[in-house]
Amino acid sequence: MTRKAKFTERLTRVAVWGSAAIAFAALFYIIGFILIKGIPHLKPSLFAFTYNSDNVSLFPALVSTVITALLALIVAVPLGVGAAIYLVEYAKRGHKAVNVIRIMAETLAGIPSIIYGLFGLLFFVTYLHWGYSTLAGSITLAIMILPLVLRQTEESLLAVPDIWREGAFGLGAGKLRTVFRVVLPAATPGILAGVLLAIGRIVGETAALIYTSGTVAQIPGNPMQSSRTLSVHMYALSSEGLHMNEGYATAVILLILVVLLNAASAAAAKRITRTQKGE
Amino acid sequence: MNCFDIENLDLFYRDFQALKDVNISIPTNEITAFIGPSGCGKSTLLKTMNRMNDLIEGCKIEGTVKLFEENIYENMDVSLLRKRVGMVFQKPNPFPMSIYDNIAFGPRTHGVKKRYDLDELVEQSLKKAAIWDEVKDRLKKPALGLSGGQQQRLCIARALAVNPEVLLLDEPTSALDPISTGKIEELLLTLKGKYSIIIVTHNMQQAARISDRTAFFLLGEMVEYGQTEQMFAMPHNKRTEDYITGRFG
Repeated sequence: MTRKAKFTERLTRVAVWGSAAIAFAALFYIIGFILIKGIPHLKPSLFAFTYNSDNVSLFPALVSTVITALLALIVAVPLGVGAAIYLVEYAKRGHKAVNVIRIMAETLAGIPSIIYGLFGLLFFVTYLHWGYSTLAGSITLAIMILPLVLRQTEESLLAVPDIWREGAFGLGAGKLRTVFRVVLPAATPGILAGVLLAIGRIVGETAALIYTSGTVAQIPGNPMQSSRTLSVHMYALSSEGLHMNEGYATAVILLILVVLLNAASAAAAKRITRTQKGE
Repeated sequence: MNCFDIENLDLFYRDFQALKDVNISIPTNEITAFIGPSGCGKSTLLKTMNRMNDLIEGCKIEGTVKLFEENIYENMDVSLLRKRVGMVFQKPNPFPMSIYDNIAFGPRTHGVKKRYDLDELVEQSLKKAAIWDEVKDRLKKPALGLSGGQQQRLCIARALAVNPEVLLLDEPTSALDPISTGKIEELLLTLKGKYSIIIVTHNMQQAARISDRTAFFLLGEMVEYGQTEQMFAMPHNKRTEDYITGRFG
């Protein structure tokens, strides 16, 4: 090896190690910062059933987060998975309409969430007279995550080998049975990964929700009432500037929630893979 | 008695003619082998026999293909056709589910629901495919945990579970080691007599070992068809002789 090549190799190694070190340092710094600032302020009153300006309870926001996420997923997952099944299994491969839908989905996935919020405000809140409501927020988020679920499901379905489809057809199974009994189960771990990404976006969303769900800090009695998710709650606390410590404590809870969701989804995917492939 | 009578069959993939005026009658309960170099149309012909070609866009068929005197391209339910004419593929393709569910997939497709009937079918099919002893204690385990050779025998069992009349095998041993290949060949010999078996192979020794009749294809044409022994000993056609003696292909 020439001296120049040796030098280049060493330089590359230093650059790669450096990048990794900086990336991990930033990540650990943020997590450490939140934990150190937040954990000392976690106290039982933060989990009171109702919010008031004394206890600054995050519990209603936690419940609202779960409700908002569930409502959005109930709408977006069946639609996204259904549309993806159509695109991959029923539409002619390489058809123009399929490519148009694919490009649209990709474009929609890249649009800033505030634009979805604005749309939700104009359409659901104002035009349909839903007012600031959990439902308006959830449906807006459902539209926002739809392209994500669709694309991820599409990729998972495309990754299912054709030999399984042929095997099912060869036994006399029709399209419907082949798709729902063979292809879809095989694609489930990938679809779950997409759903997890979607949940991540819902839990982290603020802009689209402030204009649609509003910011009421109580558990909504019905979907037509306003509510705030944990992220919106944090945004409200920090913009008011009066309860920064509780804001950090809320961040800790949000962090834990995300970690738990990740773990649960990974465990589910692993379990499915094991029953299917024995790995 | 013939299971398949094929007359004047032309097959096109868009502009490309993959089969040219094929005429062949295949006797029941024997093993018939299709041999020939890659791209000669042997697999294509096999796939017309259970209409798997329907799935390929731009595939057009002229001529008649009859299964026990019934034209399979007229007034025949494709699902029922594929129940009567089972297929085993080149690459073992057990579904990502348990061994039991793999075998029960076909019967369930055709309406068998009772647990007792399914249990019986699963056991019988696995026994017919000579794999029962290897898997009887792990029926609930994923089929993809089996070895390649076991997977292929499982696929044969899966095809047998719907009680077909004809079994089509598309180069079933090309992805397997010699020992697994031997087991599959042995298995096919035990199945002949109860099922009409048609096997596509690019392995001439395999055709010679197990088949009763052999058809040799070249560039979409059926060059020669006859008793396997006679064909390997004394081919009528110069091109057959060239292929069998390894001068091309």
